[in-house]
Amino acid sequence: GCLLQSRVGFGKVLCRSISQNSALCRKNLAAAGPEKFTAEFIQKQIEEFNIGKRHLANIMGEDPENFSQEDIDRSIAYLFPSGLFEKKARPLMKHPDEIFPMQRAVQWGKDRRPFHFLFYTGKQSYYSLMHELYGKMLNIEKHQDRLRSKGLFSKDGHKISLGMSRWLTKEELEALLVENISTHDYNRFIQIMERLLSMPYCNIEEEFVLRFRHLLQTQSRHQMVSALQKDENGVAFSSAEGCRKTSHSTVVLRDCGSGRLSVNGQDSLLYFPVLQDREQLMFPMQFTGTLGRFDLECTVSGGGRSSQAGALRLAISRALLSFLSPSEREMMRQAGLLTPDPRVRERKKPGQEGARRKFTWKKR
Amino acid sequence: MALHRLSLRLRPTVAHVRSIHTSRYGRQQEAAAVDSESEPISVFRTQENDPASQSEKQIGQFYTLPAEHIRLLFPHGLPNRYQQQVKTFNEACMMVRQPALEAISYLKKADYSKPALRYLFYGVKGSGKTMSLCHSVHFCYTQGWVVLHIPDAHLWVKNCKELMPSSYKSSRFDQPLQATSWLRNFKITNEPFLSKIKIKQRYVWTKRESTEEGRPLGELVDQGTSRVKSSSDVVAAVMKELRLQCGHPESNFRLAVAVDGVNALWGKSTIKKEDKSAVDPEELTLVYNLRKLLKNDWIGGAIITTLSQTGSLYTPKSAYLPQELLGERGFDSMDPFIPLSVPNYSEKEFESCYLYYTERNWLQHPQSRTEEGKKELIFLSNRNPTMFDRLCGFL
Repeated sequence: GCLLQSRVGFGKVLCRSISQNSALCRKNLAAAGPEKFTAEFIQKQIEEFNIGKRHLANIMGEDPENFSQEDIDRSIAYLFPSGLFEKKARPLMKHPDEIFPMQRAVQWGKDRRPFHFLFYTGKQSYYSLMHELYGKMLNIEKHQDRLRSKGLFSKDGHKISLGMSRWLTKEELEALLVENISTHDYNRFIQIMERLLSMPYCNIEEEFVLRFRHLLQTQSRHQMVSALQKDENGVAFSSAEGCRKTSHSTVVLRDCGSGRLSVNGQDSLLYFPVLQDREQLMFPMQFTGTLGRFDLECTVSGGGRSSQAGALRLAISRALLSFLSPSEREMMRQAGLLTPDPRVRERKKPGQEGARRKFTWKKR
Repeated sequence: MALHRLSLRLRPTVAHVRSIHTSRYGRQQEAAAVDSESEPISVFRTQENDPASQSEKQIGQFYTLPAEHIRLLFPHGLPNRYQQQVKTFNEACMMVRQPALEAISYLKKADYSKPALRYLFYGVKGSGKTMSLCHSVHFCYTQGWVVLHIPDAHLWVKNCKELMPSSYKSSRFDQPLQATSWLRNFKITNEPFLSKIKIKQRYVWTKRESTEEGRPLGELVDQGTSRVKSSSDVVAAVMKELRLQCGHPESNFRLAVAVDGVNALWGKSTIKKEDKSAVDPEELTLVYNLRKLLKNDWIGGAIITTLSQTGSLYTPKSAYLPQELLGERGFDSMDPFIPLSVPNYSEKEFESCYLYYTERNWLQHPQSRTEEGKKELIFLSNRNPTMFDRLCGFL
């Protein structure tokens, strides 16, 4: 059984006789399309996964019954430490449903008659969805008629509150229906859903509609705000850290009222003779309008002058968070002051002169 | 700013700020004395253009140097950027600052029958040491002293194009080019004294040329500028004469020796001999004689110097204290001296410099005129005069 992710060529597609030429084999592979997994194969993988989960729990000395996916991830990271940068290339153990793409089971029975009544349209899930949708609309209209007969009908009653959500994208809808949809079909679907939403009293079908809406992530992601401490003289100060490339910095921001600035014990002019670096330091405070208010005590190490300036900027913005109101914090986040810069030096690859640069190509 | 309190008589004077005519001087002085705070435009300017009459009340204010004085006194003394600014603004305004005022007050009170006092301006890079030196030298000039101003001693220990073995002493080296240029500038500055001072010793230059005693100093200087080969020895002779003569009761002049970048005299030099070995500054005639002049064994004058890290050789960038820059030998030779620290602009001084630039339309960017812009400038320049000047240069 395979604990780790592996794309084993199973199923009828990749079974080939040994006598075939390797060149033909390659052509055959390309023409076959994506690999198809049978239902029994998936079932077997799921059983193996569960057994493997219990084995792993025993190895780690934990309770096999309450071994969750997070525990699995943790154990795998412990047992197979990997230094690869690409997270998707690291060892992985997940439920087969998450690894193997959803594929449609065989749509016809032993007598080779299809199960679904819309099978011969070619896009059975899509058309059945549209059919269902139309059924819901008729339902709503019936409800409206009932209310009208009672005399309780009002034009703007009971619409669905959508909140911060968006329609599923075409790719997501395809994944849901396990079927390929054309753009035209998708647009039609969205059009009719919008029409449904515009009808009054559509809240009876709220659950159906919300299935096709994707909640947007909460806008202001939770930021760690460092606490505001008070030192002996009653002056409020806060400290924060920041990194960029290989530099690390710590900043202590005091609410004194003088705009003094010292970097590693030296004057900022001496340490950063270049104007660009000092502008980087100035940016968070200029943005929030607190230029002359704070006293900065910075320490920075590692990296070059530009990365040190960037690290300090991040540390200053983080330290400023505790002095600001939530709306100002949101503004800072949107300005990009609080995002650590993920750019790191790309490694040099073998066979190339640098990270991207190839050796000079000589024709002969 | 109480604009409404401006009386009619003040309005024409306030509107035309550039002029330095003395006819208006008297009117402006009484006007300034009446309400100097209520004039919004001239709050950073002062009408006391004579350094002798400036006091602490004028700290932070700009006074104008007469153009004549600039041409005569500072043919080579002012910093480059300041000279460009003078040309741009068509006037030379210098800020009255505390270190210079302190030096001037000591110069006023000093007893000139005692050995010469040594003043040393020190501070971080770009804090205004050379400008303070020029301010004190201007004071000396207005008092009628002889000014011996060496604009940058570093120029004498590096980038020497011609190095000749000295004719006077074989172990020393001459620098004819630097010596001639300096003599020319010295002549421009001290024109009136050249005919008054008479030399007391006979100098022989070559078999045919010599300068007898009793000849005016001007002849000696001309000898140096015309005969390039012996110019360094002429410089040495001039220094010796002035040193011996000033302080005597019969000579009625005082000598001000102003050296910028005095740490060059005791540092290292980049000049190399033919065999690629480095030349010690002591082996240069000019430096040797200047060192003799800086010793305080003569009376009737003052020695004003500044340290400079910018042009100095083999010193770290963060060094600005006298001990670090002068080195052991230099410190021992200069000791005792009066150290004067030149800090960055204070808030008031920064404010007045900012107003000056605004008034001269030097700050053109619309945001630089706002409060926010001012705070940004303070942050970026850290109130350092040079940095502020460079920042405003492209605004």
